[in-house]
Amino acid sequence: MEGLFLAFLVGGLICVIGQVLIDLTKLTPARIVVLFVVVGCILGGLGLYERLVEFAGAGATVPILGFGNLLARGVKQAVDERGLIGVITGGFTAMAGGVTVAVVFGFLAALVSSPGMKE
Amino acid sequence: MNATEQKKQKYAEMVKHASPRSTVLINSLKAFFVGGAICAAGQLIYNYIESLGFAREETGIIVAGILVASAALLTALRVYDKIAKFSGAGTIIPITGFANAIAAPAIEHKKEGLVLGVGAKMFLIAGPVIVYGTVTSVIVGLVYYFMR
Repeated sequence: MEGLFLAFLVGGLICVIGQVLIDLTKLTPARIVVLFVVVGCILGGLGLYERLVEFAGAGATVPILGFGNLLARGVKQAVDERGLIGVITGGFTAMAGGVTVAVVFGFLAALVSSPGMKE
Repeated sequence: MNATEQKKQKYAEMVKHASPRSTVLINSLKAFFVGGAICAAGQLIYNYIESLGFAREETGIIVAGILVASAALLTALRVYDKIAKFSGAGTIIPITGFANAIAAPAIEHKKEGLVLGVGAKMFLIAGPVIVYGTVTSVIVGLVYYFMR
């Protein structure tokens, strides 16, 4: 129960940061998403983001910052296992699951749904 | 002529002063509750999958898969974009927003064909995310390699 609350609280707050950036800066949502992934990856590289994951669970992994952290975690693990080769395989391997599901279901969505279609 | 323009400018300034603070607050609250709810849903799914006996890493992949697939489905049903209009960053920042950013332009550009429409346009926003994510991960990997 406490885990659910922490996920809600931390995840909600991360979204608020994004919303404030949208409202108060000229950054487009696309730029903010890119920024979050890069920041998440750097925080992950420094080993800082894992602490937030330990604390907030899905509240840290579900926001796109967590996607960046996943890349960092993947590349570090790959470097541990394969050295320099891991530098070029780690990030892509880590995002493979999420991206594949998004691409396959996005493709299916485009097949069954048309723009301007009434619900 | 000059007077009306001055009035216009004054009005624009007044609007600028009066609206942002309250809209930022309201938008932030919406983003907080919707974004928080998506993360809490993620935690619920996580707890359930973990209880089935999956390892931590596998559980993470399964949860992300379920969230991403659900968001693509809700995008196809035209539901996700309606929620997004209301909640702003609350639906953009979670990983579900990434799935929406792939599915929505794929649907929108369907008329341009399956290859250059659906195939290419699905990466309008996801492409930059993958590009900058990959480049950052290589830098992180290099630094980690030489410093570990």
